[in-house]
Amino acid sequence: MASNLLFNIAWTHVTTRVRQTLVGMAGVAMGVGFTIMMAGLMQGSQIDFLRQLVDTMPHITMQDERRTAPPQPADQQYGAVQMSNVANVNNRPGIRYPESVMASLRSWIPGDVAPSVKTTAIIDHGGRIGVTLVGIDPRQEIKVSKLASQMREGQITDLSRAPNAIIIGQALAEKLAVKNGNSVALIGGQGTEVSSTVVGIFRSGLKRVDEGQIYTTIGTAQMMMGQSGIINELRLRLNDPLSAEKVAAQVEGQTGYKSVSWEEANSDLLSSFAVRDFIVLTVMGAMLLTSSFATYNIISTITNEKRQDIAIMKSLGMRETSVRSIFIMEAAIIGLVGTVFGWILGYLLCYSWSQITIYNTLTGTTVPISIYYSPMHYIVAGGISLLCCTGAAFFPARKATRVHPVEIIRGAS
Amino acid sequence: MSEIALQAVGLVRRIEGAVSHTLVNGIDLAVNKGEFVAITGPSGSGKSSLLYLLGLLDAPSDGEVIICGEPTSKLSEDDRANVRLTKCGFVFQFHFLLPEFTSLENVLLPMRAAGKMSEKEMRERGLELLASLGLKDHANKRPNQLSGGQRQRVAIARALSNRPEIIVADEPTGALDTTSTEQVFSILREIADQGRTVVVVTHDPALADRADRRVHIVDGKIHETFAGRGKAELETVAPTET
Repeated sequence: MASNLLFNIAWTHVTTRVRQTLVGMAGVAMGVGFTIMMAGLMQGSQIDFLRQLVDTMPHITMQDERRTAPPQPADQQYGAVQMSNVANVNNRPGIRYPESVMASLRSWIPGDVAPSVKTTAIIDHGGRIGVTLVGIDPRQEIKVSKLASQMREGQITDLSRAPNAIIIGQALAEKLAVKNGNSVALIGGQGTEVSSTVVGIFRSGLKRVDEGQIYTTIGTAQMMMGQSGIINELRLRLNDPLSAEKVAAQVEGQTGYKSVSWEEANSDLLSSFAVRDFIVLTVMGAMLLTSSFATYNIISTITNEKRQDIAIMKSLGMRETSVRSIFIMEAAIIGLVGTVFGWILGYLLCYSWSQITIYNTLTGTTVPISIYYSPMHYIVAGGISLLCCTGAAFFPARKATRVHPVEIIRGAS
Repeated sequence: MSEIALQAVGLVRRIEGAVSHTLVNGIDLAVNKGEFVAITGPSGSGKSSLLYLLGLLDAPSDGEVIICGEPTSKLSEDDRANVRLTKCGFVFQFHFLLPEFTSLENVLLPMRAAGKMSEKEMRERGLELLASLGLKDHANKRPNQLSGGQRQRVAIARALSNRPEIIVADEPTGALDTTSTEQVFSILREIADQGRTVVVVTHDPALADRADRRVHIVDGKIHETFAGRGKAELETVAPTET
């Protein structure tokens, strides 16, 4: 059957019902437009949040521990006998030969690596608060973290300006009423107590970091830990943060030390994103499906009005599938034109949203709402919409074209 | 011996249901090529049902319809549609033209569906058909801009567009005034004279008499067969002998 004839009939049907056609197209355009807007908003906010998150922490943290306890001497000696209540023997804490490990990693990882010492301490400035104390090398730290750009007061290099200098989070500083230049007491796990000078205040945007983490030099951290010469963490920054999981596995495979990618460290957060994505995708799917109901109604009306034409086309020798395809083409025309308008609407909505500014807790500044513009949003929204429209038209078209022409012709006669 | 264009063999059409009803009850009929046959009978006698069966619009409960020597009972629905498209032309009591299309576009419809001619050839043939039926100046008018007779003539042009062997018409003059009725019947007569087979259902005995043969149906069976075209003598012919 000549497809241009079928298209010609379909086109004539939709163009002679301007109001109905426009309503259908408007429904599709709204569905597609708002779907694109929601996708842009959702992905924009997510990417923005993840970027902040990734910037705040190393992409991979290699720790001086292993995922499973190493084989124990008792097991090695008496493997056939099960023994209970035998304390595990752990190797000396710290990464062995950290300089060699770093040199080796630098030779192949797409990024950089810096040493650090992580321990716990209590900061005392009138009130006592337990914190994570991170000893860093300021010259190397700037290669692996955004701490330098997160400084609100002072500079990262100021750590070497005074003995036992520390940089603390803004939230912690506010909590302890500490100002830049103040002295505080630091108490280590072994009871070591030193007087420290606050040389800088940072703000990462993550509350748990800003409230519970302070930075010092590697030497001070080792002293507070009571183990000089120990490096218990290597911090890696990659050129491509999305490759962190793969590189972490390779690092762990090479060194044997537990290497945690930023994805693993925030797996709970990322899984909540997955749930959010699922919910939003369901809502967007529902929007597109709902918009196709308008098409269903229009095609139902047209097929009902055109029962006589359907009968006559069939009696003239047009096949049922050909007649059915006329109505599916009509839905496709409505869907296609509606989709094009939906794309325009979606872009305009995204642009409008991007003009609105909100307060960003991560950066502490007022920023425009993040919108992610992706051709994929347009393709997927348009594709699903077209699919829904043609699917919605299929059922009334099938029902109408199954009618026996004799019944209609007899009825009309 | 004349070539048979259309033949019905033991044709039965039964409506099954709570109360079964037989519309066509064992009809045997042969229509020669170029013959003009009128089917007459009282309302509800089954003449239209017979016509729909002969034109493959409906499928028989039993029996066979042979079109141009080809049995059709085993054909798929698509093949039956193809036979309708290429070998049968339909004219109904109401014109059944597509309202959004012009006269010419309506006439082009079966040709486009068949897809055997170029657009130029189709247009030339469409215009030629309309001109031959006195509708040259109405080619670009829509059905609602035409009179009843003009619409029916457009429907005849549409039926003729694919050069079918057989024209089946179900009371084509039923909704027309006297002048238009005369015009339409003259056209059908002319079509038959040109060598096409024409089968017409009509209530009008005067018009039926202008056919080559008149088949009178009662209760789904052939009751009598008359010679038409002014032949006054009554012939009672056994259906199988036609």
